[in-house]
Amino acid sequence: MSETLARPGPDTRMLPGGPGEGMLVEVRGEGDLRTQDMNLNIGPQHPATHGVLRVVIDLDGEKIVRATPVIGYMHRGFEKLAEARDYRQIIALVNRHDWLSAFCNELGVAIAVEKMMKLEVPERAQWIRVLMAEWNRILNHLMFIGSFGLELGAITPVFFAFREREDIQNLLESATGGRLHFTYNRVGGLKEDLPRGFLKASQAMVANVRTRTREYRDLLEGNEIFMARTKGVGALPPDVALDYGVSGPTLHASGVPEDCRVSEPYCRYDQVDVHVPLGTRGDSFDRFACLLGRVVASLDIIEQVLDRIPPGPVNTKLPKTVKAPEGEVYVRTENPLGQGGYYLVSDGKKTPWRLKMRTPSFSNIQMIPYLLEGALVPDMIAILGSVFFVVGDVDR
Amino acid sequence: MESLFALDNLWLALLLKLALIVVFFLTAPLVVGYIEHKGLAHMQARLGPMEAAFHGIGQLPADGIKFIQKEDIIPENADKWVFSMAPGVALVPALVVLAVIPMGPGVFAEDLDVGIFFALAVSSVSVIGILMAAWSSANKYSLMGGIRAAAQLIAYELPLVLAAAAVVLQAGTLSLVGIVEAQNEFRLFGVIPAAYAIPQLVGLILFFVAALAELSRPPFDMPIADSEIIFGHMTEYTGLRYAFFMLAEYAGIVVLSALAAVLFLGGWYLWPGVPLPSFAVGPIPGDVVAALVGFGVMFAKIATLAFVMIWFRATFPRLREDQLQRISWLIFIPLAILNIVVTAIFKVVA
Repeated sequence: MSETLARPGPDTRMLPGGPGEGMLVEVRGEGDLRTQDMNLNIGPQHPATHGVLRVVIDLDGEKIVRATPVIGYMHRGFEKLAEARDYRQIIALVNRHDWLSAFCNELGVAIAVEKMMKLEVPERAQWIRVLMAEWNRILNHLMFIGSFGLELGAITPVFFAFREREDIQNLLESATGGRLHFTYNRVGGLKEDLPRGFLKASQAMVANVRTRTREYRDLLEGNEIFMARTKGVGALPPDVALDYGVSGPTLHASGVPEDCRVSEPYCRYDQVDVHVPLGTRGDSFDRFACLLGRVVASLDIIEQVLDRIPPGPVNTKLPKTVKAPEGEVYVRTENPLGQGGYYLVSDGKKTPWRLKMRTPSFSNIQMIPYLLEGALVPDMIAILGSVFFVVGDVDR
Repeated sequence: MESLFALDNLWLALLLKLALIVVFFLTAPLVVGYIEHKGLAHMQARLGPMEAAFHGIGQLPADGIKFIQKEDIIPENADKWVFSMAPGVALVPALVVLAVIPMGPGVFAEDLDVGIFFALAVSSVSVIGILMAAWSSANKYSLMGGIRAAAQLIAYELPLVLAAAAVVLQAGTLSLVGIVEAQNEFRLFGVIPAAYAIPQLVGLILFFVAALAELSRPPFDMPIADSEIIFGHMTEYTGLRYAFFMLAEYAGIVVLSALAAVLFLGGWYLWPGVPLPSFAVGPIPGDVVAALVGFGVMFAKIATLAFVMIWFRATFPRLREDQLQRISWLIFIPLAILNIVVTAIFKVVA
């Protein structure tokens, strides 16, 4: 058997339509046994791509010869929209592209605007922001823990994860009024103070989630089949991960401890102990273990924060029209899925001149072709499920 | 043993047997389906169906009515005849196997001398239905599912048959009724009455796991892995034809659970050596009472095995196709052959 790239000829099949138009189909083998690769579109509507990511793969049997992610099916132009909204309104805008880490995205933009306007955010608001960001992180991670299990055929963890998510969402709803798009941040602070009893309820919820994470460990992390499916699958060396700009739990699994909360603390992360769980091999199992470890780490942070929220106002008085002075600022935050970057340019008007977002999902899926090459179709599921991404966050 | 339904009038007897088999075939899978709905739901912190009648008991009949109303779509590129026939080919074997499975003392249509052979041979026909569906759908996902199914069913047919062969060796008969009776008379170490589950424990585990793989039940559901290949060979099916595939799956659960109950768990006997109550209750003659109690015991065993299958579904992720093949060819088949050898040695020595 030899691998030859087919020359374009009368027999050559072309990919019909779409961005992959003109891609050649590889013909393998010689003599009597001539096999042809099968071209398969995974997505844009496919259970494994949770969202509308499309992956065009060439298959040799069940082995993936080539994989090309095709993105853009969910492009909603948030960055452009932000140029037509004032600084208060873009906060409601940016929590929509990554619907699973709404609060963390708002936070990045709020910090960017505050930095430009040189606003002093009240101490209480800073601490509550840390608290809420960590709750949001847990919400996000629970979702991926559940869906990863589901993709590997374990149908129970997702229901357990949603049970916890429901409780946490109820808690956050009591403070923010939202269950998915919280819009709790404001330029210069927060929308309003926490409701009475929130901290106590948080305390109870921390204990609750902490005991229930054991169920995920039993059902997934300690399961032989789960290990067989994920260990050694989709291993990502740290240097490759860094080259692709991978961040968040996907990067930590490869053993790189880069985390904005530690390396460039914002809000009051410099005053709490942030534990970053690390992997060693960078395979799917490590990525999952890092995610689960981060849930526990976030619970630890919440426990530290709960005792330290000082009394005081949660908002600053803003002028009637919020205008950022001319200039630019780049803010990095550690979003649940990885590093979020917010590059805000202002020309002194009411609306930003440009808001460029560096979203973690976009960078994380860059390595999909690297990881998928040579993998089997079932491994593709284990890989796609463990490279944590939200399609809205990819396409914006 | 004679079938209860072996009446003097051949045609009447035939009609009665057929009617009973069809009724059982259409109801038992629904019971298993309901157990799956509710059992799975409660394991997953849900309620499951609650709206259709009492605690959702009417959910599956309602689903059936819904399937009848759905449009029957045949893809344009599909091989229409093969596509239409495939669900039937998958469904009929389960129906035919029921004819030889003894559900109680005298509660069986036919006691074939080669009962177990017939049951296993016929049940393996359903793979053809799956392959037909996969090939004729003109869908790449279906094709992949069909190829996976074919590889899987071939790999697990062997441990299934070999595990059953060890039981046949021990019982000394191929007849399913004969195997139940042989278990009733079996004494472990010559004294303790026990079902074959104890001497044939390895065989039971092999048979049960191989049955899971035969049925494409989790953790061996790669042929229909919904997160990888949509729904395998069933991807393009809608309406009643899809319902037939689902019915075939649940009927398959009933059939293989029944076979496992007959081969390893003592069939309709509560415990080997304990006779069924056979006194007349009012106008009901004694042998009918025994048959009813036996049927109840047998069905409880089937339901228990089906429940374990559902429990597996709630607990385990899916294996990978190559891992599945490795387990079968490198562990299960050698183990099954070893089991036969050991059984044969004990049979000769004892």
